[in-house]
Amino acid sequence: MTSPNITSPKPAAPAAKFASRFDRFQVVLLGLSALAVCFALIYGGYLLTVMQMAMIYAIFCVGLNFFMGYTGQASFGQNSFACIGGYGSAILCVQYGWEPALALIGAMVVAGFFALIIGYPTLRLRGHYLAMATFSLGLITYDISIQWTSVTQGYMGYAGIPSLGIGNWTVESERGKLVVLAVLLAFAFWLSLRMRDSRFGRGLRAISGSENGAAALGVRVPRFKLIAFVVAALYASAAGSLYAYTFNFISPEAFGPAMSILTFTMLFVGGVGTIVGPIIGAVVTSLLQEVVRGSGHYQDIAYAVGLLATLIYAPKGLSALGGLFRRKKEEA
Amino acid sequence: MALLKAKGLTKRFGGLAANNEIDLEVPEGSLFAVIGPNGAGKTTFFNMVSGFLSSSAGSIELDGRDVTHVPQHEIAGMGLVRTFQLVQLFNGMSVAENVEVGCHLATKGGVAASLFRPKWFRKQEVEVRERAMELLDFVGLSAQADIEAELLPYGQQRLLELARALAAKPKLLLLDEPAAGLNTQETESLAHIIQKINAQGTTVLLIEHDVALVTRIAHRIAVLDFGKKIAEGTPEEIKAHPEVIAAYLGVEEIPDA
Repeated sequence: MTSPNITSPKPAAPAAKFASRFDRFQVVLLGLSALAVCFALIYGGYLLTVMQMAMIYAIFCVGLNFFMGYTGQASFGQNSFACIGGYGSAILCVQYGWEPALALIGAMVVAGFFALIIGYPTLRLRGHYLAMATFSLGLITYDISIQWTSVTQGYMGYAGIPSLGIGNWTVESERGKLVVLAVLLAFAFWLSLRMRDSRFGRGLRAISGSENGAAALGVRVPRFKLIAFVVAALYASAAGSLYAYTFNFISPEAFGPAMSILTFTMLFVGGVGTIVGPIIGAVVTSLLQEVVRGSGHYQDIAYAVGLLATLIYAPKGLSALGGLFRRKKEEA
Repeated sequence: MALLKAKGLTKRFGGLAANNEIDLEVPEGSLFAVIGPNGAGKTTFFNMVSGFLSSSAGSIELDGRDVTHVPQHEIAGMGLVRTFQLVQLFNGMSVAENVEVGCHLATKGGVAASLFRPKWFRKQEVEVRERAMELLDFVGLSAQADIEAELLPYGQQRLLELARALAAKPKLLLLDEPAAGLNTQETESLAHIIQKINAQGTTVLLIEHDVALVTRIAHRIAVLDFGKKIAEGTPEEIKAHPEVIAAYLGVEEIPDA
């Protein structure tokens, strides 16, 4: 039978709301990511480190997705907030003897505060200008972390950071760390879903659809953008802190502008603005990075090719491929 | 009583007066139309009234309150909701979600509420979903609720924008050329829906190109030309008004004898 128009309603499945938000393809991708974690847990070795990184970046990207995905704004400066999280945790724990878990929250408060006062004037900019301004923010923070040696120990890096834990319970084994990171990612993801599917989340997504349309319906566009920026900063800060607790060492390089580029790549590979995209992107890109690492200097080129291929052939990222296939099938 | 009152409303872009001292009163409960040729300043007028553009001179009163320099979201909060000449749908969201955004003003709750989900919040979410479905039913789009808004054909996108505006429970609904780009049949059903909205007690202010449509459904019509109001009256008066005929339809040539 030929269908005269593509808008004919699909038979609505009376599925539970939670399940209906993911298509089957996305569930498969999430399952594969979980499988990669299990694989790392079983075989251990270097793959553990790779997956730890993937989890940390995934938390970062889930937050970034609020600002770049749902709200549709550009920020290349989120590494600043990861930097605040990382160094904040390190200093609070080492210098002041705070509990790691408490220091993580303390650093988030600081990062959120900075996001608020930086975002307030910066978010008046749009498009390319916003991208430039936020990128410079990332560069400034990077320079500060190098130059302010009395606090950050500069290029030397900050060593002796404790592992994550509460009270007497600390996670020292690499496998344990990965499990904790995966659980925290799941928690962060769950929180993001709650925020997405609400009046607040709909307001954000409306802004990315049409700022004028959103404003006409009473959405306070500047305020919502600012909140999304702060949410992204909180996630970035938590990711920065977790980085510090996982590797017990941080240096300015970890939170440099390269971090912004990498997470941007992850977000686009996974699918910017999609629900599971940030996680898929972080896992796939982290694994891909290891595959191409052998190629030495060609690593960056391999990256660029990968990103371009995604942008051209899967503009909405890997997690939207399922929908793409489905549409093709329907057209056929 | 006038729900909307514009007095000497003027907007200058450089030396050009896009709106020049426009006086207009929209009575509560009416279906009021503003017509005029291209470039007459209709949309500029709308933009000022809805707080989208600030006026150069003059004042705007909504429901007895001066709203001349009140920000857009606050004007929307007072019950003035507009649609756009170029449909401004939220792409990437489903048809139903688009309407749910429309409930923004009629609901409350921010990040904290979304995270902790107290009882009132969950109840509100259910109500929002129900309201969205009701409104989609009203404009005849309930079968398309779950597809992405950008996949709708143009005529239905217009209807969706209308449903979305209604979700905000407006007192005064501003429609900017709602029939633009619609075929005769679609225009017909749109006219029917607009009349139904008005009959349910919502004041409607309409900008339209389609004179036939306007003269059929509007209670009162104001005509703009070159940024000035040149006439106002009932559809019959407007149809007979010589200046309107001259401005809008052009001066009739004398047929060959």
